[in-house]
Amino acid sequence: MEEILEILESNNKITEEQIATMVNKSVEEVRDAIKKYEEDNVILGYISLINWEKTTKESVTALIEVKVTPQRGEGFDKVAERIYRYPEVKACYLMSGGFDLTVIVEGKTMKEVALFVAEKLSPLESVLSTSTHFVLKKYKDKGTIFEKKQKDDREAVVL
Amino acid sequence: MNISEMILPSVRQVPPSGIRKFFDLVNEMKDAISLSIGEPDFVTPWNIREAGIYSLEKGYTHYSPNAGFIELREEICKFQERKYNLKYDPKNQVIVTVGGSEGIDIALRSLVGPGDEVIIPEPSFVAYKPCAIFAGATPVIINLSAESEFRLTPELLEKAITDKTKVLILPYPNNPTGAVMEKKDLEGIVEVLKDRDIIVISDEIYSELTYEGKHISIASFPEMKEKTLVINGFSKAYAMTGWRLGYCLGHPDLISAMYKIHQYAIMCSPTTAQYAAIEALRNSDDDVETMMREYNRRRRIMVEGYRSAGLDCFEPLGAFYVFPCIKSTGMTSYEFSERLLMEEKVAVVPGTAFGECGEGYIRSCYASSMDNIVEAMKRIKRFVEKNKK
Ligand SMILES: Cc1ncc(COP(=O)(O)O)c(C=O)c1O
Repeated sequence: MEEILEILESNNKITEEQIATMVNKSVEEVRDAIKKYEEDNVILGYISLINWEKTTKESVTALIEVKVTPQRGEGFDKVAERIYRYPEVKACYLMSGGFDLTVIVEGKTMKEVALFVAEKLSPLESVLSTSTHFVLKKYKDKGTIFEKKQKDDREAVVL
Repeated sequence: MNISEMILPSVRQVPPSGIRKFFDLVNEMKDAISLSIGEPDFVTPWNIREAGIYSLEKGYTHYSPNAGFIELREEICKFQERKYNLKYDPKNQVIVTVGGSEGIDIALRSLVGPGDEVIIPEPSFVAYKPCAIFAGATPVIINLSAESEFRLTPELLEKAITDKTKVLILPYPNNPTGAVMEKKDLEGIVEVLKDRDIIVISDEIYSELTYEGKHISIASFPEMKEKTLVINGFSKAYAMTGWRLGYCLGHPDLISAMYKIHQYAIMCSPTTAQYAAIEALRNSDDDVETMMREYNRRRRIMVEGYRSAGLDCFEPLGAFYVFPCIKSTGMTSYEFSERLLMEEKVAVVPGTAFGECGEGYIRSCYASSMDNIVEAMKRIKRFVEKNKK
């Protein structure tokens, strides 16, 4: 049934009927499987991938490397939670290597993001240091290339 | 001088494709959804393209050995053993060709001439018959039907064999029907052939695209190994049609005969493509698997689409074609295809392009995006319902 997840991950507008045909199962089986995945938090949501650069909305993204002191008994989870609860934080990962957390922040302007770092993130007790990198251009995200060749350049008929 | 009279009768005899007019129509209809393209819609996986690019950067731009790079022939043999349990010696049982297409041509030119008969089951790929004719031989057609799911049966084969028969073309998984031959089907064919002096040219170019059970080659039957020439290639499995690379596997005597023609007519296959193909065989099983799974989903959507439109459609288990029967609409294959194109802007290929017995059928290719297929099936349903007798 995990094929259902693959299908939904690449296109969540597909209907249950279509999925059922694709995986050769009944619509009920597919519906039940999806419901179970939702209940188990395997399917976390159905979101769209948007290239905001093509819209009028102003948006900047920053990747912030954060060094923290883990807390006794809680490890990194507690600190991470303090950070990822901010709605400005779009993603938060615990890392191996030279720093501890990768925090992806989105805001309307660079100034807004800088203020978030200065006023919210850095002052947190367990945060030792931050290093902010602004994204200049997105080429590919979630496995999707933003400026993709869409044209089918094949011959019209091939026997 | 009348130039056209200078042309060999065997070449003149082959008509330009009977549905040329239809191609022109499809070509003009730029915004049609095309289910008429018999090649993968996927682009060659990046690691394979990159290997080709890297070979160019290194300056590998010269001829290769006539039979193809030995590294490639070794990888081909490993692949065939790993996948289909076929064992060949890379030194003298493999030749790398310019697509499976060249393989078909030089195999026939090595084997048949005037007075020889070549048995060709139809509907099938359009090149077999002309290549047999160009070689001077006589094609003998077996008309297959939906009742046997377009599989070749021992009875039909037995009936077609004469004392002039020299070659049987075995085109499975099949273009245009999507039919496959399972083990039990092949056993019947082997029974007919095992004591006869007939060479089987087994065109296995779609061998990686089977959806229920793995492909089985007739060459894997010990009594058939020597008598079979396997044709395969990179076009379909690795989405490499434009690279023009295929290969043949067979008895050293047959391979060395084909080698002669290849050596003088072609010299060698494209060097860049050969470097890319080595990478394909070494590191692309996952990509092939991913493409195959996506084809399988599209296949099911398409078959379900035709059936829910009320057309009979046997379940194709290989290649990337569905071959539904359109007889219930009262139209010929050509009429159906032309009107579907004009009225609903969906291009399919009349079954007659692949042999007379394709009348009453259309070839519908699912090497097209899921969105295209879903939309096309909607239109086809509307079209069939409007025209239902
Ligand atoms: C059955 C079959 N054999 C052989 C070929 C030739 O393929 P290539 O010359 O690209 O290897 C095709 C292409 O459509 C085919 O459908």
